Amino acid sequence: MKSHSELAEKFNADEARVDWHDETLWWVRTKRDRMSHALPEWEQLRETASQIKNNVLSNLNEYLIRFEANASANGMIVHWAADAQEHNEIVLSLIKQQGVTQMVKSKSMLTEECHLNEYLEQNGIDVVDSDLGERVVQLAKEPPSHIVLPCIHKKKEEIGELFHEHLGTPKGNADPQFLTHAARLHLREKFLTRKVALTGVNFAIAETGEFVVCTNEGNADMGAHLAEVHIASMGIEKIIPQRKHLGVFLRILARSATGQPVTTYSSHFKKPREGKAIHIILVDNGRSVHLGRPDFRNALKCIRCGACMNTCPVYRRSGGHSYHTAIAGPIGSILAPNLDMKKYADLPFASTLCGSCSNVCPVKIDIHDQLYKWRQVIVKEGNVNTEKSVGVKAMSSVLSSPATYRASGKIGRWIMKHFPFVVNNKFNPWYKQREMPVPPKESFRDWYLKNKKA
Amino acid sequence: MKVALFLPCYVDQFYPQVGIATLQLLNKLGVEVEYPLQQTCCGQPMANSGFEHLTPDCNSLFIKNFKDFDYIVCPSGSCTLHIKDHLHDETQENEATNIRKKIYELTEFLTDVLHVKNLTASFPHKVGLHQSCHGQRGLHLSQMTELTAAPFSKPEKLLRMVNGLTLVDLNRKDECCGFGGTFCVTEEAVSVKMGKDRITDHVQNDAEFITGGDMSCLMHLEGILRRQKSKVKVKHIAEILNSVKS
Repeated sequence: MKSHSELAEKFNADEARVDWHDETLWWVRTKRDRMSHALPEWEQLRETASQIKNNVLSNLNEYLIRFEANASANGMIVHWAADAQEHNEIVLSLIKQQGVTQMVKSKSMLTEECHLNEYLEQNGIDVVDSDLGERVVQLAKEPPSHIVLPCIHKKKEEIGELFHEHLGTPKGNADPQFLTHAARLHLREKFLTRKVALTGVNFAIAETGEFVVCTNEGNADMGAHLAEVHIASMGIEKIIPQRKHLGVFLRILARSATGQPVTTYSSHFKKPREGKAIHIILVDNGRSVHLGRPDFRNALKCIRCGACMNTCPVYRRSGGHSYHTAIAGPIGSILAPNLDMKKYADLPFASTLCGSCSNVCPVKIDIHDQLYKWRQVIVKEGNVNTEKSVGVKAMSSVLSSPATYRASGKIGRWIMKHFPFVVNNKFNPWYKQREMPVPPKESFRDWYLKNKKA
Repeated sequence: MKVALFLPCYVDQFYPQVGIATLQLLNKLGVEVEYPLQQTCCGQPMANSGFEHLTPDCNSLFIKNFKDFDYIVCPSGSCTLHIKDHLHDETQENEATNIRKKIYELTEFLTDVLHVKNLTASFPHKVGLHQSCHGQRGLHLSQMTELTAAPFSKPEKLLRMVNGLTLVDLNRKDECCGFGGTFCVTEEAVSVKMGKDRITDHVQNDAEFITGGDMSCLMHLEGILRRQKSKVKVKHIAEILNSVKS
């Protein structure tokens, strides 16, 4: 498994592409700024959203039980899944019950987290992702690189190539409108013929047993309304207490995500139509464990807007795939170690701790503070290489002893001055693209001792 | 008032001129400053690498050096923030708490404690201000573009008091430069790309100098500028605020 820094270095081999990726996402961040700055009550909305979510996390069990009761009373069928495996098995069994081998699916980061597509494929089910960006990465056999903009790493020419290969569009045509129309025709056939449709869930309301799915393309609705069976997969943290709270969340979600006032479609599902069925799968998959980590639990407030990715200077210059997890960027880096600390030990270090992520977060998750705290946990649990461990220990003993510190500084400066090749070589990552500082003849302390007034 | 100067370890070793400028500037403003001779480091290099548990010795040394002063002034937002957020000591927590409250980054000490209204400095150049993230988002030395809130900037306020200095506008006012402590070597590719992009922003807006409150950001940018053989120079804000007509 390659680490974030290795994958990021690969991504940076094509600097023009990095510039394009950075500019594209910065443009989204700018749109978000324009929208949020236009609302004088923006910071109040963030605070309110944060407090509602805090309340949810403190009373999650009660809200879930209430939601289950109300959703069931509405005629929907509620399933509980302890982990990804259970979730995937439930989905497969529901598909099999219908006697079909095909399913259409709108965007759901939870199913990415559960690797549902791979599981269903292995079990002979053909899954079509109906979100345009998701369809693009599915055709390219890649995971999404961004939770809101799944194929943001792809240029339109590359999408034209993919569509030519898979959908038979003319070679060399990269006109976005033309390609979108081709995708529309391609997907329409899927919508009309699939009996089972899966959607994600943005908000589930405990008070009413309803849930809300937000999309810009209407693809969740097309899938759900045309199928016999609608499966809605949701992480247990997606609960909100009351319907009125949507007034806060729907206002902040799209503004934070793409700089739109609201998603084009915010579809409310309450009960199945005559003869149809709605199944809701409530998935834990590590969330209860996360809830039990006091320093990290509030990461579960996340509403998956992706604002932290768009603003992250590292994400913009390393690409979503460099995070080697379903949810990339700053939020992914504080969620992933909870699932597998060893595998994702590199992610909390893939940050300069600049803090921009915490500032854009619409539910005020202290993302950069959690990155710092994960670093401490990861090192304490032994997920650190010996080289680094030895290095930091040596540094710590030097910096704890004034005399050793001064001697080391003096020797270091002397070596840099007289034998610069000792530091100016390919083994020094600093020197690869940067000059080393010019060593001065004396330290500040030396100067101070000579010059301070008696 | 008893004021101590706390210098980041790398400033003491590699950028003594920043310490000298800080000391001289404070003297000019009528503040007597002492430099505790046994100081080393705030402990951030270990802590940010995930080794906060190795910092107690550094912490108790810091407390020993600085506990007897009314104010501690440091020409670095990052080191100041680290002390403010993480200085603890089981055996002398009261002293640690006191220090966390009385340590100031240089520009905020000038604007908030000394209430500096004018300076005699002169620096007839076009200057771009690079805000260090820890100074800005950590210590709130200036407003952050992500928030819906009234703008202000303590370093900018001071730079505007300097004769002849023209502040250039940047396309991205508060984007990180990519230094990030050990990040600069562990994530070398992204770190350098971030630095290059910051430099491009300053260069495109005709800056002759890039200044800022943190020499660590500037050291990283300087390393790239020198490799590019650029004419643009870096200068710590203390050096500019202390500059005299040449």
